[in-house]
Amino acid sequence: MTSTATLDRSSTGASNTTQVYRIFIKATPQAIWDAITKPEWTQRFGYGLRDEYELRPGGKYRGHANQGMIEMGMGGVIVDGEVIEADPPHKLVMTWRMAIDPTLAQEGWTRLTYEIVEGRGGVSRLSVIHDLAGRPGHAAMVAGDQQGPGANGGWLWILSDLKTLLESGAQMTPASRLHPPHE
Amino acid sequence: MHDDDLVFKALADPTRRFLLDQLFTRDGRTLTELESELEMTRFGVMKHLRVLEDAGLVVTRKEGREKLHFLNPVPIRLIHDRWIDKFTERRVSALTDLKRQLEEDSA
Repeated sequence: MTSTATLDRSSTGASNTTQVYRIFIKATPQAIWDAITKPEWTQRFGYGLRDEYELRPGGKYRGHANQGMIEMGMGGVIVDGEVIEADPPHKLVMTWRMAIDPTLAQEGWTRLTYEIVEGRGGVSRLSVIHDLAGRPGHAAMVAGDQQGPGANGGWLWILSDLKTLLESGAQMTPASRLHPPHE
Repeated sequence: MHDDDLVFKALADPTRRFLLDQLFTRDGRTLTELESELEMTRFGVMKHLRVLEDAGLVVTRKEGREKLHFLNPVPIRLIHDRWIDKFTERRVSALTDLKRQLEEDSA
């Protein structure tokens, strides 16, 4: 039963401390770096937050609500954290926390690493290493609900969407399709 | 071989699916841990893990002196996006065509 297995993965808690996601994207490391760190790009894939980075050790990170979220009454800072290491366009280490949800915010910050390696034929390898030790709520959230393609997609959906955006210039799932009003 | 072929080939073996199931339940295991769940030589398990790694389904990372194996669900997701979404889209467009036809008929 896939649904049970999904639940198991989310609820194993302490033993399931690090999640690793790796994707190959036909784009330069710089293009991937920009897509992750620049607000004009971050608003075009995944949850479409308007990300703001101070790209230096100790610098602030803020993921602001996008227009759609603000219209739904969810404004302000959605995700927050601090930059630990910024080595453009290859490595970004930071803390990361769901600030908008009081329960998750209380868990504290997780540690998130992006690694971008240039490969052959214009293909780069992006790895996301998310250390979620002692943060079961965050772990469940970023693991996503693998049954659905929409807002509960977690990293899988975000990275898949990023790949589509960088390779085709189009967004896989426009934000307007995330919450179909008549379903 | 195309990326999709590597994934399908990797998934076409019960031992490899078992290894993925193990990592699904608990991620970040060493070879020794994975090996202990299987009636197979260390070399055999290594070979299977290598196929999974080549397909991108398993990613290894060094943590201290240990090499840990992680499940990377991304390739399966990409196949889902490419195949399942394609079929779903066709169904949706069939309905759209039907709607247009019915509306034209009633006009």
